[in-house]
Amino acid sequence: MILLWLILILFLGGALAWASEALDAKLPRVIALLSLLLSLTLVLWLFLSGAADVRSPGGTWWVLDSWAWIPRFGIALTVGADGLSLLMLGLTVFLGLMALGAAWNEITKRTGFFYFNLLWTLAGVVGVFTALDLFLFFFFWEVMLIPMYLIIAIWGHENRAYAAMKFFLFTQVSGLLLLLAILCLAYFHFVQFGHFSFDYFALQNVVLEERFQLWVMLGFFVGFATKLPVFPLHSWLPDAHSQAPTAGSVLLAGVLLKTGAYGLIRFTVPLFPEASATFAPVAMSIAAIGILYCAKLAFAQTDIKRLIAYTSVSHMGFVLLGIYAWNLYGLQGALMTMLAHGLSSAALFMLAGSLQHRFHSRDMDKINGLWAQLPMLSAMALFFSIAAVGMPGLGNFIGEFLSLLGAFQASPTIAAISALGLIFAAVYSLWVIQKVFHGPYKIPERVGLSAIPDDLSGVEILCYALMALGLVWMGMYPQSFLALSSPGLEGLLQAIGAFSGELATVTVNGGAL
Amino acid sequence: MQDWIGLLPAFPLAGFLLLVLSRGRMPRRSAGLIGAGSVGLSFLLAAAICIEFLSGDGQSFQKTLWVWMQVGSLQPGFSFYLDGLSVVMILIITGVGFLIHLYSTGFMADDPGFARFFSYMNLFVASMLVLVLADNLVLLYLGWEGVGLCSYLLIGFWYDKPANGYAARKAFVVTRVGDTSMAIGLFLLFSQLDTLNIQELMTLAPQQWSSGSGIAVAAAALLLGGAVGKSAQLPLQTWLPDAMAGPTPISALIHAATMVTAGVYLIARTHVLFELAPSVQILVAFIGLATLLMAGFTALMQRDIKRILAYSTISQIGYMFLALGVGAWSAAIFHLMTHAFFKALLFLAAGTVILSLHHEHDIFRMGAMRRRLPVAFFSFVVGSAALTALPFTSGFYSKDEILLAALAHPQYGMLLWSGGVLGAFLTALYSFRLVFVVFFGSDHHADSSHGGEADHNAVVENASPAMFFPLLILGVLSLLGGLIHVPVDAVFAQGAGHEEAHASQLIHTVMILVPVFGVVISWFLYGSKPYEKAGQHMRKRLLESSLGGFLSRFWFSGWGMDTLYQFVFVRPFVALAQVNRRDVVDLLYSWIALAARIGNSAVVMTQTGNLRWYAISLVGGLVLVIGLGVWR
Repeated sequence: MILLWLILILFLGGALAWASEALDAKLPRVIALLSLLLSLTLVLWLFLSGAADVRSPGGTWWVLDSWAWIPRFGIALTVGADGLSLLMLGLTVFLGLMALGAAWNEITKRTGFFYFNLLWTLAGVVGVFTALDLFLFFFFWEVMLIPMYLIIAIWGHENRAYAAMKFFLFTQVSGLLLLLAILCLAYFHFVQFGHFSFDYFALQNVVLEERFQLWVMLGFFVGFATKLPVFPLHSWLPDAHSQAPTAGSVLLAGVLLKTGAYGLIRFTVPLFPEASATFAPVAMSIAAIGILYCAKLAFAQTDIKRLIAYTSVSHMGFVLLGIYAWNLYGLQGALMTMLAHGLSSAALFMLAGSLQHRFHSRDMDKINGLWAQLPMLSAMALFFSIAAVGMPGLGNFIGEFLSLLGAFQASPTIAAISALGLIFAAVYSLWVIQKVFHGPYKIPERVGLSAIPDDLSGVEILCYALMALGLVWMGMYPQSFLALSSPGLEGLLQAIGAFSGELATVTVNGGAL
Repeated sequence: MQDWIGLLPAFPLAGFLLLVLSRGRMPRRSAGLIGAGSVGLSFLLAAAICIEFLSGDGQSFQKTLWVWMQVGSLQPGFSFYLDGLSVVMILIITGVGFLIHLYSTGFMADDPGFARFFSYMNLFVASMLVLVLADNLVLLYLGWEGVGLCSYLLIGFWYDKPANGYAARKAFVVTRVGDTSMAIGLFLLFSQLDTLNIQELMTLAPQQWSSGSGIAVAAAALLLGGAVGKSAQLPLQTWLPDAMAGPTPISALIHAATMVTAGVYLIARTHVLFELAPSVQILVAFIGLATLLMAGFTALMQRDIKRILAYSTISQIGYMFLALGVGAWSAAIFHLMTHAFFKALLFLAAGTVILSLHHEHDIFRMGAMRRRLPVAFFSFVVGSAALTALPFTSGFYSKDEILLAALAHPQYGMLLWSGGVLGAFLTALYSFRLVFVVFFGSDHHADSSHGGEADHNAVVENASPAMFFPLLILGVLSLLGGLIHVPVDAVFAQGAGHEEAHASQLIHTVMILVPVFGVVISWFLYGSKPYEKAGQHMRKRLLESSLGGFLSRFWFSGWGMDTLYQFVFVRPFVALAQVNRRDVVDLLYSWIALAARIGNSAVVMTQTGNLRWYAISLVGGLVLVIGLGVWR
């Protein structure tokens, strides 16, 4: 029940926020804050009461509730959460608060509608992370898309219409494939068992002919891979990110991308184990290509938000790599990368937003040498860039290390190639630091050199400090996260078994190297 | 005491946090006190631990602070491992580190970034301690990357100059190439042996792998990649000379005494793997030899006082690699220690010279400084004597051990030995070139561009007690450090056999005389007043001959490696990045959009509202359909 409440609070909070704008333009943000705090309490309560309430075939479910919805087609309101979902929920609500912090002073027009969209996006995301009925899942998948489209299209920057449309088309077309694949699966369930079902557990029993399995699996894969995004489906992301308002970027990078990865772990592989095993080498290869290719693209950018966007794609490559290594190391690595990248990229986008807010520009050629003028902002930027480089002791390292460690067991060659991404990450991250924060001081002319912009405000410092602490926690004691997700992931691995066959032949065996 | 081992890195880490959280608002006195004091506390603790360790039975000791992560069989902890090797390392790091911190309170006294400087320094010491104390390779990697980060931050400490930023990035990226190789090595080791605990690896590897097996070779080679990057050996040595852009105490601490020797430590720590891979081990020796000669020749041509010392560091680490390559593990660690003493001394003395001459780096704009800068002068004489391995200095004992061990190598003994001796000759030549040019001859500082009488008078040695005391201690250690016995015999039980070399009297004489000979030559070329003209003349003739000119330019540029890398890696990468700045993949989607738009306008064009046109198209379509039907 508690999961449903979580979703409802966000839906209702959003509606209330919109309605309250009529009273006072500053009321919506307060309502948004309250509903997010309430959600946070619920999520924390879930964490603390995390006894294994209900056991299910898929692993250890802490919460699992089901109500009939459209019984004729086997559609039910089935929501559940295991450690993996819970961690994602924690990330979602936490970053929701950060996005709120970023929007607090930045959004001044149509505030009610903005916070409505913000909360509805979050509600969709929470739904995606908890739905265990594929119809319900797809419903939430769409719910999270449209408000985000509006956020970009209404509150975005100069080229927002193009970016929003591109975002919408990419997600919609891939969503269509996802829907087709889901319907196929439900249909085959009908063929084999005589009745329709969209239930996650029931659909795992569907046995598909090998030929079909690959195609249906690809439908799921493309749907999720576009969201992650995976090379070569990534090209919507730099536009969407650079045009979205800061809060939108925070949600996109921190949370929405992770729904793609979550979908791969939760649905694509468990529903199609054999086809996924066949596909794994391909997926790992495009992961490696994406890591290197987008790192290289990132280096060439001058728009700082575009740059961070490309680094996001590069880092999501490690997630894909870890998932398709399909062993505990890879999966835990993917999870840690999702969590840590959620914080670090959100922080970096907020920093870019701070620059935009102060200098009305995102051009790294025009903003240089801020270190002496804005020491706090610069120090924060340095910290989060270093996190993105994968410095041990911070969360991103744990994720990338485990992903690569897992990938190496599946395919040493691909893992070794992907590891080169670590070098590129250093190249582009340090380049940003050099351009924007070191060197001689220079800001756009129209801002005026005499007016030294304000350093971080109290709210900003609080947000950054929380995210920084989170990264240190993940880096120094990742066990608190790994232990949570471990039962669920191990359950998945046991149910499906490790990918063998094709991949095993690539493994190094003694002396053969 | 050993139970408190966790406090060793905790003190400087706490110092770092305090300094960072104070956001530069802390008064200088307290910032200096925290910065230097935290390392001082660590040193006291390290000394106590060392005494306890040495007075005990020499048993190694392991302490887990907490389990870092637990995934499958990967269970690295924040666990520290203490044995003879780590005892030596922690003493060097905290001892020399403390002296350099103390010196820095004087050296950096007027710098606006005083607190920031000490915060990075403290973080560095903490990371370095983690590196040498780690009981598993993941934690070692944490320290390894941490010191790299601090090195980056400190090289680029004076951030307003873009050149410094470039040097810092270069250092980080070049070493990261090595680090990545090392990370892949870690993955390989784990996938094969299912653990990353160093001691377990060292027991398991010989049990599971035969000597010279492909896996052992691959693992050792990958770790060597990491070591080569961090320790600035061929082919990844190019970052170190540029790293001299940082403040001089950094060069002393990070780029001479501690971080750059981490590669030596890594190989010594995992020496079992290298013994399993003889081909890689001998490669280590040859890398060391090539590097020490290359850097020696390069040092001869440099004009910047710090670059000379930087190349000399590369060269001396080459000796350590040579020792590692021939299995003289303890000799390598011994040289690591003595080198830490005398090279820190040299750098700090160079710092005094630079500070006193208002940031002048060019040795040919100095001269006759021995009366003006007596402390620096004596420090330089002592340090250079030890560096040159003149008899009875610390460097003499350690280099002697290395060369004898090299000679004892069954296959390449003579080759490695003579290369090493040639290197010793070069060392003497460039070290005393520096001493003679800076401290003897005539004063060129007065007539240098920004000279003038006022400036000339301003050359006053800055030797506050905080700067004098470290020089004194390091000077004593450089002279007498050779008498210290490094307690690492238990660590390298197997390797001990190599060092029982019986060299003839002739060999010993040669090894004593060659450096002395080098000093004498150097004196004739650069030092002696009566021969000053002749020396200049000779140098000129050497440089003007075509071969000499070519060699001098070639050596000056560090053998053209920078240019090579610029052409092979940097430029193609940047060019590629620029060409594809707008992402070709996106074009594909733009084309789809374009096709849709064209299709749209094509269809729109048919909607003319013209009745005749509709009738024609209707009829045309009808004809077409009927025609198709009939034709079939």
